[in-house]
Amino acid sequence: MNANALFTAYTTIVLREIRRFTRIWAQTLLPPAVTMTLYFIIFGNLIGSRIGDMGGFDYMAFIVPGLIMMAVITSSYSNVVSSFFSMKFQRSVEELLVSPVPNWVILAGYVTGGMARGLGIGLIVTLLSLAFTRLEIHNLPMVVVTVFLTSALFAVGGFINALLATKFDDVSIVPTFVLTPLTYLGGVFYSIDLLPEFWQGVSMVNPILYMVNGFRFGILGVSDVNPFVSLGMILAFIAVLTFIALKLLARGKGIRH
Amino acid sequence: MTNALEIEGLTKTYGSGFEALKGIDLHVAQGDFFALLGPNGAGKSTTLGIVCSLVTKSGGKVKVFGYDIDTHLSDAKLHLGVVPQEFNFNQFEKVFDIVTIQAGYYGIPLKKAAVSAEKYLKKLGLWDKRNAPARMLSGGMKRRLMIARALVHEPKLLILDEPTAGVDIELRRSMWSFLEEMNRQGTTIILTTHYLEEAEALCRNIAIIDHGRIVRNTSKRELLQQLSLETFLLDAETTLERAPELDGFSCRLDGEGVLEVDVHKGQVLNDVFIQLEAQGIKVVSMRTKANRLEELFIRMVEQNEPAEEAVMEGGK
Repeated sequence: MNANALFTAYTTIVLREIRRFTRIWAQTLLPPAVTMTLYFIIFGNLIGSRIGDMGGFDYMAFIVPGLIMMAVITSSYSNVVSSFFSMKFQRSVEELLVSPVPNWVILAGYVTGGMARGLGIGLIVTLLSLAFTRLEIHNLPMVVVTVFLTSALFAVGGFINALLATKFDDVSIVPTFVLTPLTYLGGVFYSIDLLPEFWQGVSMVNPILYMVNGFRFGILGVSDVNPFVSLGMILAFIAVLTFIALKLLARGKGIRH
Repeated sequence: MTNALEIEGLTKTYGSGFEALKGIDLHVAQGDFFALLGPNGAGKSTTLGIVCSLVTKSGGKVKVFGYDIDTHLSDAKLHLGVVPQEFNFNQFEKVFDIVTIQAGYYGIPLKKAAVSAEKYLKKLGLWDKRNAPARMLSGGMKRRLMIARALVHEPKLLILDEPTAGVDIELRRSMWSFLEEMNRQGTTIILTTHYLEEAEALCRNIAIIDHGRIVRNTSKRELLQQLSLETFLLDAETTLERAPELDGFSCRLDGEGVLEVDVHKGQVLNDVFIQLEAQGIKVVSMRTKANRLEELFIRMVEQNEPAEEAVMEGGK
């Protein structure tokens, strides 16, 4: 396939993915908007007003970057894992497998689709947050780069999960038992300075901590970790997971007999 | 001329240890209409699955129009169109989208894909349903949709795995005419089917696979010439009480009073009528007891026993 044909195949996958999650918007776009609004009301307004400052900002302003990132992470991941796994389940993945689309284009197409949903949700949550607090962007390039890379990282993660999953339970295990705890413990609701030294050390091995703090640095200018270390960590994770995803695709793991 | 498909020493052992293919050699010429026949679990779908890269081979070589799938997989796939045995499209997508999306995977831009999709959806009688979600189609329509999807990129080799399974006779006949037309226009067609009349009606060359080995690979004409005995069913004008004595022919009455006569190769059917006429028995209609190819097929597969092992491609 020449470059034009590869681009056509890539856009076909991306547009199909976008069409899929916009067609079922009530399942894909609405729930995170509702959930995040509840977080803003309960944690930001009701409880936050009693907590006081966190990291030099009022609590609502502190949690907004973390909540935006949480929505981006969850949506990017779940879009790819649910879409690709349902293609496996319905066997429509065979449409792709019999075609000449190279594996890296398949991966790129799905990751872009996942990013489209993740970033779309991120934008929706950001707009909703404006109803509760003022957002002053400290470093726009940092905000954009962090959110794009994080979205890509979790979209690749979702793709690996979909390849390895053999039943619907496997699709929900990682988001429920890995992503959610890591996100909650990744400094969305608190600064790790509040933790005892030992737990601060433990938190430093949580990759989501770096993403939340990198994004928070971009918006508020404060971070528990060096923002460039955050970017380096995200890039390293993307490289490793992309390598794993391509290896699994080449082996036909979960998609070829 | 390069063969449309060349398979050499193809083997496949599934993770469970089940040896589905034990060294298959198969050549299909360009322009051929080829049938791959065999009982359930014989290795038909595994063979075609490997050609379409849905199944990973354990050993051997596969070339599609000269392109080795180990070294030129993308080129090989560009020449292939696949109609699988089971419905494998997104049931929530619209008919038109399913076909154009497939074209997109082959790098065909939407404008061009739309023209090709219209052509095949019209030919297959699905144009009126183009905006319907695939799940709303009948079983026969879904099968035709898979054919339209497989043809949208104009492949030179079309592989159909039991394309008419569960399709009514009228629709089956119209699908046969469509496939014959495609073949006349130069598309090489390989099909597997359980309807042996289908293979007999459509195909020029036939391979029979059983227990992961090719037990026969020849032309249909040559295969049918091997048929040494055919059984004819004759309906007499009046109900027969007992089977007549026919010199040189074995005959009997079935449970419904129909006369069954075995005619061996070299015997003349006219002799049967002459003898019946002499005994005052008038025949009003006649048909063969079984499809000729079916008789041969059953005989070949039985020779390749034990049949009880030919169960399923379990654990794949």
